Amino acid sequence: MTITTPNGFTLDPSGKRVVIDPVTRIEGHLRLEVNVDSANVIRNAVSVGTMWRGLEMILKDRDPRDAWAFTQRICGVCTGTHALTSVRAVEAALGIPIPENANTIRNIMQATLYTHDHLVHFYHLHALDWVDVLSALKADPNATSALARSLSSWPLSSPGYFKDLQLRLTRFVESGQLGPFKNGYWGHPAYKLPPEANLMAVAHYLEALTFQKEIVKIHTVFGGKNPHPNWLVGGVPSAINVDSVGAVGAVNMERLDLVSSIIDRAIEFIEQVYIPDLLAVASFYKDWAQWGGGLAGRNLLCYGDFPEKANDYGADNLAFPRGAIIDGNLNEIHQVSLDDPDQIREFVTHSWYKYPDEGKGLHPYDGITEPNFVLGPATEGKKTDIRRIDEGAKYSYLKAPRWRGHAMEVGPLARWVMGYAQGRPDYKEPTDAVLKKLGVPVGALFSTLGRTAARGLECQWSAHKLKGYFNKLMATLKAGDFATANADKWEPASWPRAARGSGFSEAPRGALGHWVQIADGRIANYQCVVPTTWNGSPRDPQGNIGAYEAALLGTPMADPSRPLEILRTIHSFDPCLACSTHIMGPDGQEKAVVRVL
Amino acid sequence: MIPAPSVPVLVLGIGNLLWADEGFGVRAVEALNAGWEMAEGVALLDGGTQGIYLVDRVADCRRLLVFDAVDYGLSPGTLMLARGDEVPRFMGAKTVSLHQTGFQEVLSAAALLGRQPEEILLVGVQPADLDSWGGGLTPVVAAALEPALAAALKQLAAWGYRARPGFGRPALLGHGLARSDYERSPA
Repeated sequence: MTITTPNGFTLDPSGKRVVIDPVTRIEGHLRLEVNVDSANVIRNAVSVGTMWRGLEMILKDRDPRDAWAFTQRICGVCTGTHALTSVRAVEAALGIPIPENANTIRNIMQATLYTHDHLVHFYHLHALDWVDVLSALKADPNATSALARSLSSWPLSSPGYFKDLQLRLTRFVESGQLGPFKNGYWGHPAYKLPPEANLMAVAHYLEALTFQKEIVKIHTVFGGKNPHPNWLVGGVPSAINVDSVGAVGAVNMERLDLVSSIIDRAIEFIEQVYIPDLLAVASFYKDWAQWGGGLAGRNLLCYGDFPEKANDYGADNLAFPRGAIIDGNLNEIHQVSLDDPDQIREFVTHSWYKYPDEGKGLHPYDGITEPNFVLGPATEGKKTDIRRIDEGAKYSYLKAPRWRGHAMEVGPLARWVMGYAQGRPDYKEPTDAVLKKLGVPVGALFSTLGRTAARGLECQWSAHKLKGYFNKLMATLKAGDFATANADKWEPASWPRAARGSGFSEAPRGALGHWVQIADGRIANYQCVVPTTWNGSPRDPQGNIGAYEAALLGTPMADPSRPLEILRTIHSFDPCLACSTHIMGPDGQEKAVVRVL
Repeated sequence: MIPAPSVPVLVLGIGNLLWADEGFGVRAVEALNAGWEMAEGVALLDGGTQGIYLVDRVADCRRLLVFDAVDYGLSPGTLMLARGDEVPRFMGAKTVSLHQTGFQEVLSAAALLGRQPEEILLVGVQPADLDSWGGGLTPVVAAALEPALAAALKQLAAWGYRARPGFGRPALLGHGLARSDYERSPA
C-alpha cells in the first residue's frame, strides 16, 4: 500500500520497520523509524522529536533585556546564535538602533561561531560516518604520508608523525576505552576509504580537536568569556580601549592582535586540512551525490544574516542570502518575511501539542505551546517503551513549521543553493570549482554529499568574512569611532507599554527566528522556531513530509541492523534537538537502540 | 609533542540550569565562587552543556573537580564522590542528562590527546527532577549544595589549594540567571 504525499513523495510503510533511538551523537533526542523494501531500500521515514520544549514558558514575565542569556542556555552548540537572534528581536520590538561597530562585532562573533561550529561538525560529529577508525590501525604510515602530501602542503605529514599517531591510537583502542569512537559501525561495508585515508583523517580529527579551542578565544575577547559570552540589547558589551595594556574587560591592541593571528591560522587550517580532506573523502563517496536530497532539490528557505551595514536587515544588505525557492525553480527567489502572518506557520496535527483548531497553522506571534502527549491507535508497545510509533496520529514533540504551506529545508545547503541561484560570485565560483574537481553535475548538490560539501565551503567563506569584518572594525577604530552600544532606550520607562518584534539569524544548521511580545516592560510571549524544527518536522495536516523524512527515502541500506546510511544523511543536517525538544517518558533513560521489526 | 597542562586545578560545573536539578553542577560552582576565595592556581568554570567543546579545558588541567547531577539510582539528594577511573564509568552508567554522554566523551577525547588530568574527583548528586523546564533546584538537591561544597573544599585542601571564606567577587552568573533571580517567580 503506497501513499503519495502532496509534496510529491511516495511512501510505502509495508516493509520491515527499522527503529533508531536516539540518532544524534551529542545533545538531543531524535528517533527515526523507517520501512525498507525487500532490497533494503528505505520507502517510508518517520522523524520523531522525543523531547518537549518549554522555553516559551520559562521566558514569560522575564526582563526582555535578559532573554538572550536564557535562550543562550537552551542549546549547547548554538549558544551565540540564539543570543544574537534574541537581542535582534528585542531591538526590533523596541526600535533600538545599534552602532556600526556593534554590528561589525556581532558579525565577528557570528562568523567565529560558523568557523568553529562547521569545523567541529565535520571532524567530530560527521567524519566518523565516513571514516573507519579501526581500519586506520592497518594503514602504512609511509603511504599515508605520501597521500597527505599529494593533497596538501600542510606540514604535519611525515611518515614518523603518522606512525606515532597510529601507535597512540592502537594503545588507546587496546586499552578498551574506545571513547568518542565507541558507537561506530566499524568494518561496515559502506565504509569505502583505504586505511591510509582513514589514518590521515583520524590525525586531522585530533588536530582539529586541539585547534578548535583557538577559534573560540575570539568569543572571549569580544564577549568577555567563553563558554557563554555576554551580549547586550542595544549593541555589544565589549568596551574598546586601544591604548590600554592588559586591562581587565576592555578590548585592547594586544587582544586585537591575538584575534588577527587566530583568524589567519583558522583560514590556513580550513584551506590546508578541512577542504582537502573534504574533497578526498568525497571522491570515494560519489554515490552519495544521488541519495539524501529530499526537499533540497525542491523547497529551500533562508532568512539571511551578516548585515553589512548596521540596522538594515533587508535582503540586499545581507551577506548570507535570504529567500525561498519552491518546487526547484532556481529562477524565482521568493521574498521572505518573518512578520507576514501568511508566510511562516506552525502546525500540530502530528505533534504532541494542542491548538484550539488543529487544521490551521499559527504564526509565531500567535504561537501556543501546550503539550498534549497522545499516541495513535496503531502504536505498538507501551508509552514508556514504544516499539513502533503511529505516524498517522500525533508522533513528535517538534511542531511542523511551513512556509506558505510548504515543508522546507534550511541550513548550509539551502544557503549555498540560494546564493548560487542568486548568482552571487562568492557562492557560485567555489561551488563550481568543487563540482568540477569531483566531476559531478550541479544536481549533485541536492544530496547528502552536497550538504556536507556546502558546509565545508561555508566554513571557508565565513573564515574569510571574519577577516573582512575584523579589518573593518580596525579601520573604524583607527578613524576614532569607539561606540559599541546605544543606551538611549535601556530603561523600560522609555519603552511603549506594548510592543512586538521578530529577530532572525542563520544558525549553522539553518534559519532561526525569535518572536517577542513585550507588555509593561516584561515578556508577554516568546516563540522560537529553530532550524531543527524545520528540518526534523513531522507531517502536516495535508500529509507533506519534512526534510529528514524526505531525505531518507530511496537510500539503500547494506544492513538495516547497522543503519550507518541513515546516520550519514541525518548527521549531514547537523541536527540539534536540545533546543527543539525536551525529554520524553517518566524514566528519562537514554539508550541507543536499533530494532528491526 | 604534547604540551604540559597550564591550569593546576579546574573546578567545573556542568549541566543545564534551565532544567531543574540538571542545574546542580553550575549552581555548585556559582555558590563556590560566591562564598569562597580560591587559592592561586584554581580556576572555576561554568561549563553548561558545552560537551565536546570542553575538551581543551579538561585536557589543559592537572587536576579536575567536576560537579554534576548524576543518576546513581539512589534516593534524591544523595551525594556521591567518584575518583579517577571510576568517573567515566559513573557518568556513562546511566545517561539521564543531555550532556553526560558528551562529558564521558570529553574525558576519553582528552585521553586520546594524551592529556588526561592526573586526578579527577566527581562530586555528583542524585537528582529528584530533571523534567521541569524552567524549574530551579528541588529542595532536596538544593540541600546537597552545602555538603557538596564541603567535599570539594576538602579535596582542594588535600591537593594543597586551601580556599578561604570570602565575598565580594563578581557573581558567576548574571542577567536573570543567578540562582536567587532565576528561582524567584518572575515579575
